[in-house]
Amino acid sequence: MHNKSVAELSRELESGKISSVELTQQFLDRIKREDGKYNSFITVTGEQALSDARVADEQRAAGNATPWTGVPFAHKDIFCTNGVRTTCGSKMLENFVPPYDATVTANFRQAGAVCLGKTNMDEFAMGSSNENSYFGAVTNPWGLSQGNKRVPGGSSGGSAAAVSARLVPAATATDTGGSIRQPAALCGVTGLKPTYGRVSRYGMIAFASSLDQGGTIARSAEDNALMLNVMAGFDAKDSTSINREVPDYTATLNEPLKGLKIGLPKEYFSDQLSPAMEQQVRNAVNEYEKLGATVKEVSLPNAKLAIAAYYVIAPAEASANLSRFDGVRYGYRCEDPKDLMDLYTRSRAEGFGTEVKRRILVGTYALSAGYFDAYYLKAQKVRRLIQQDFINAFKEVDVLMSPTTPSPAFIQGEKTSDPVTMYLEDVFTIAINLAGVPAMSVPAGFVDGLPVGLQIIGDYFSEARLLNAAHQFQQVTDWHQREPQ
Amino acid sequence: MTISRDDIEKVAVLARIRVDDEQVSALEKDLGNILDLVDQLGAADTDSVEPMAHPLDAVQRLRADEVTETNQREAFQAIAPATENGLYLVPRVIE
Repeated sequence: MHNKSVAELSRELESGKISSVELTQQFLDRIKREDGKYNSFITVTGEQALSDARVADEQRAAGNATPWTGVPFAHKDIFCTNGVRTTCGSKMLENFVPPYDATVTANFRQAGAVCLGKTNMDEFAMGSSNENSYFGAVTNPWGLSQGNKRVPGGSSGGSAAAVSARLVPAATATDTGGSIRQPAALCGVTGLKPTYGRVSRYGMIAFASSLDQGGTIARSAEDNALMLNVMAGFDAKDSTSINREVPDYTATLNEPLKGLKIGLPKEYFSDQLSPAMEQQVRNAVNEYEKLGATVKEVSLPNAKLAIAAYYVIAPAEASANLSRFDGVRYGYRCEDPKDLMDLYTRSRAEGFGTEVKRRILVGTYALSAGYFDAYYLKAQKVRRLIQQDFINAFKEVDVLMSPTTPSPAFIQGEKTSDPVTMYLEDVFTIAINLAGVPAMSVPAGFVDGLPVGLQIIGDYFSEARLLNAAHQFQQVTDWHQREPQ
Repeated sequence: MTISRDDIEKVAVLARIRVDDEQVSALEKDLGNILDLVDQLGAADTDSVEPMAHPLDAVQRLRADEVTETNQREAFQAIAPATENGLYLVPRVIE
């Protein structure tokens, strides 16, 4: 059962071949047996899951089933779950039990899906390797057979590793600069970051609010579509949510790709990319040509400024968002504070990890008197230039394709000494968040036995087209079905 | 772009994060490297460019000024580090 997709599991449940209670128990057993190797879960909610599964079975028996009724999945530990601890990978929230559900959480609950637990992540979603979690690093299921503990990518490393290791068929995730696509690529699974504003951010713990977007990780594009069907939509509780009709993302998966115009941004096929990685991506593009797509080179001339702009905007917004953690209303409080200032400064020094503090300090600096124009305002202007590049590109082509990452999964500890080295991991993904357009990462081959991701970028609200393009690719390739040994 | 020890200490106070003396040197190097990275922005010509705050240039929605939420003080204070009689407790501020 653990190798079946969400779509297949849904059909098994519907046919009565298996009950949700049995299915849930099988996955819980598998997590218990296997997750010691990966550390992909922070919290497993076994009892709650079985109780939800019983309700789901009753719903199905009563004929009130959605495609998700009784299907197990997991939430990234950034989505608030009423009554279930939500840590965001931080000591600051080690014992935080939210008194409410995120909209995404409520949507899956409403659909009858069975949440098995909360997946590990970089603290406050800041990181590209999952080594910044207070609850320990996550190990990529790929590479273990070679005797190496490799990173799963980040920040949604727990979700990607859990899906890759078949501990759950699907998991929610979030992406601020690549945090869905990069781990999906490194773990050999399929991930989608929707258009900014497509999925509600309500109850999704904030990192950089103008960039954060909730999304999906599963093995197939079809399962990503099933997830997005539940997650997408307007939410009055999110002030940046966009009120726009939500299509059935599964309805267009089988449209033919004949005539699809693909652009290859030349800046993303530069010398940062190893020849072996480039070969895999070119092979994938060739598959699209066989399916009837046409390919041309395009340019994103300002893409090279994306990392610089991001490392002003994201830390600046993080410094404002994370100011709410003050040791007073919820979260960690230091022992024996001698006065209010001591309470604030020590609770935050002890509650936040190194990378989070680094980014808060950078952001505070960029926003401080005398620097605001030179840093934040300048970065916001460059952001518009980057967006304009994408708008121009989508006048010529339907989708853009590139590698998701410059190299496959690296070994734990390899990039932790210098933060800037780690930041360059997101060189192909960050501009997409700045522009706010949707993008996917789709398994597209292997280099040295490690998965390679193909990034497919679309115009605003073109998620259905991206999922269609990914699904058609997955009808003629089997990279997404390869299982780590 | 270098950042001085002095700057780091000032920013740490603004950010309400206690930074010990031995951490300042590491931060000097790391923050210096990050600021070097972001200094690339200076090369971009942005003279006539409007800053971008929202990818779709959406503006804040307004809603009717009506009560929509019920009071959940007990639920919210149940997760606070210290409360008494419906109030959050902090160290004495006024002597």
